[in-house]
Amino acid sequence: MAFAIPKTTYTGKIKEVVLGKGPKAITVGGETSYPFHLFEGEMPHPPRIAIEVYDTPPDDWSEASLEPYRDVLRDPVAWAKKAAEVYGADLIALQLVSTDPNGLNIPSDQATETAKKVAAAVDIPVIVNGSGSPEKDAELLRKVAEACDGMNLVISPVVVDNYKQIGAGAIAYKHTVAANSPIDINLAKQLNILLGNLGVPDGQIIVDPTTGGLGYGIEYTYSVMERDRMAALTQQDERLQFPIICNLAKEIWKTKEAKAEDSPLMGNAAKRGVLMEAITAQLLLLAGADVLIMRHPEAIRLVREMITDLMA
Amino acid sequence: MALTGIQIFKLLPKTNCGECGVPTCLAFAMNLAAAKAELASCPYISAESKALLSEASAPPIRPVSIGSGDNVVKIGGETVLFRHEKTFVNKPGLALMISDAMPADEVAGRIKSFNLLKYEWIGLVLRAEMIAVRNESGDAGQFAALVKKVMDETDAALILMSDSADALKAALQVSAQRTPLIYAATDGNMEAMVALAKEYKCPLAAKAANLEDLTLLTDKISAAGVKDIVLDGGARTVRGAFEEQVFVRRAALVQKNRSLGFSTIAFPCEMTKEPMKEALIAAALIAKYAGIIVLSDFQGESLFPLLVARLNIYTDPQRPMMMQQGIYPIGNPNEDSPVLVTTNFALTYFIVSGEIEASRVPSWLMVMDTEGLSVLTAWAAGKFVGDAIGQFVKKSGITEKVKHRKIVIPGFVAAVSGDLEEELGSEWEVKIGPREAAHLAPFLKLGV
Ligand code: SF4
Repeated sequence: MAFAIPKTTYTGKIKEVVLGKGPKAITVGGETSYPFHLFEGEMPHPPRIAIEVYDTPPDDWSEASLEPYRDVLRDPVAWAKKAAEVYGADLIALQLVSTDPNGLNIPSDQATETAKKVAAAVDIPVIVNGSGSPEKDAELLRKVAEACDGMNLVISPVVVDNYKQIGAGAIAYKHTVAANSPIDINLAKQLNILLGNLGVPDGQIIVDPTTGGLGYGIEYTYSVMERDRMAALTQQDERLQFPIICNLAKEIWKTKEAKAEDSPLMGNAAKRGVLMEAITAQLLLLAGADVLIMRHPEAIRLVREMITDLMA
Repeated sequence: MALTGIQIFKLLPKTNCGECGVPTCLAFAMNLAAAKAELASCPYISAESKALLSEASAPPIRPVSIGSGDNVVKIGGETVLFRHEKTFVNKPGLALMISDAMPADEVAGRIKSFNLLKYEWIGLVLRAEMIAVRNESGDAGQFAALVKKVMDETDAALILMSDSADALKAALQVSAQRTPLIYAATDGNMEAMVALAKEYKCPLAAKAANLEDLTLLTDKISAAGVKDIVLDGGARTVRGAFEEQVFVRRAALVQKNRSLGFSTIAFPCEMTKEPMKEALIAAALIAKYAGIIVLSDFQGESLFPLLVARLNIYTDPQRPMMMQQGIYPIGNPNEDSPVLVTTNFALTYFIVSGEIEASRVPSWLMVMDTEGLSVLTAWAAGKFVGDAIGQFVKKSGITEKVKHRKIVIPGFVAAVSGDLEEELGSEWEVKIGPREAAHLAPFLKLGV
């Protein structure tokens, strides 16, 4: 039988969402085909990479992940600048882990100050991640939204338990929300509907499907993302036509496999951690990620090369 | 190409004898079309119809086995484009390249890596299965000698790579019993390669510069009587290789193109010189459809994550991955270490054990069989409730491992603590852990 390129017909399009403000603002989304299926559709905005910045010096990182940031671990502003200027981040992802009520429980006002300083120090878009405690994040992210009025941050994670408070802040102060649901396409869609009903404009929503790392549930995230894109692009599921963000680095580097020392069986520790991060990112890219939150500069370099090669 | 029920009906005896288990030939035909019945159930079908029907009901991507004994690599047999639609069934074989132009110590090192790099992972052994032996020297004797060495020193499923039919013949004489893949038939050497594949009863790779030419080539190979074919459409760029895989899978499944209804072989080792990048290309090809992936070298730092990626992508999404019920020690716990209980949904286990690990507080994690349900679903289904957990704890033998009598339950099921205390008796103290696993580390560090 003769060969003809077997093409898929798409009926939907991922919405375009602008992140950040000013000359370095970036647009994500806009796809009219499955990821990198450029023979039958477009990917007008290549996937972007955000580099993590922590508000408090990490106490449990492996040598390999500390090494690139050792000189800036105690200073989130310097850290963000290094990520932007030295490692070429497209975005900064500020992880406000110190606000965790089960951890240091830093007051929201103090963390908001950090966010404000970091956002002011760089000209690229900034993602502000709370600790994941719905109550604390409701208070914290609202304050961040107000303090950074008009900067079009990505406020994250917004969950069903706090979307009203945080969503209202995003509307009032013009930020984008990362709508986070627990690896479930129906819950993801539901939250997008709720945010729409609340009045958050479509151009201010991106979806965080919850990211499982390599060996720790990535297959669930991978398939939820593939189903999401299938529904969005071929079944006109309008409430799923949003760009996707994956907060992956922290899921990788905390595993014992990424932290294990050099050994004949597990090879070089630094390279292994880098590859675990980069392979996770690669799989998520193929499933439909638009923004990847990453850590190691070498993993980022490799993933960027793959994006370029897949689009060449 | 798949036949409809009516088309199948026309080929049946139309006697409605009922021996196939349904009252009419038409009903049987419908079941056949829906893959709910086996052709063999009808004893009266003519040989001619049988041949037609088995051809038509053949799987859209032909399964092929390479290797022998305990290490047979089965590829092909896939039925979906996306794993969530059903599941991916046959994991791609990962192959290590060894050339007959390599110095002896290099060859020895590679064989050693191949044999060493095996990983225990949730009760499974993850390993690469294949070695591609390449005839770079141009010498048939040297090639056959290396194949023999690899045969003697490993259980690898083999890929024999040469342009020379003579070299391949020499190699097949020493290795045919292991059913290697012959790589590769091209338009120029097709007859000789087909003859070898038939003589030694081995699968044959077909290589062309593009999928148009490949289609013509596989038609010729099939017509010459070789059925077990593996495809190489020639792409050696990242984008080209990705698209080739997508095209072949879709051609087979969507267009029902029998000429491309085979599994594939891909060569990340020929797409980059950088080992780390090669691993990334391999990862992409694991997700997107390659049947065999040939790597330039095996190192623990890259092979381990690739094996895990392969396992993850090929996990059946319709069957929750479950852990065995039991007590899992995390970080060398002792008789004073905290005891936590959770359900046996594998993802729950991974996340909880990962957080305990990260806390660096050695602990005992008790994993209860809830038929693979997560904490909240198991609780809602009445499987993860006070008396059930209590009975599990009592029978588990945990009291032989710890002196204290404290147990931490997930915050989401705080409501069961009363029942659990009742079931366990007054010497036990039930503590309520955080709702989210992410908060376990600070919780454990505070001391339980
Ligand atoms: S056994 Fe064959 S002939 Fe008899 S009813 Fe079934 S299909 Fe028809």
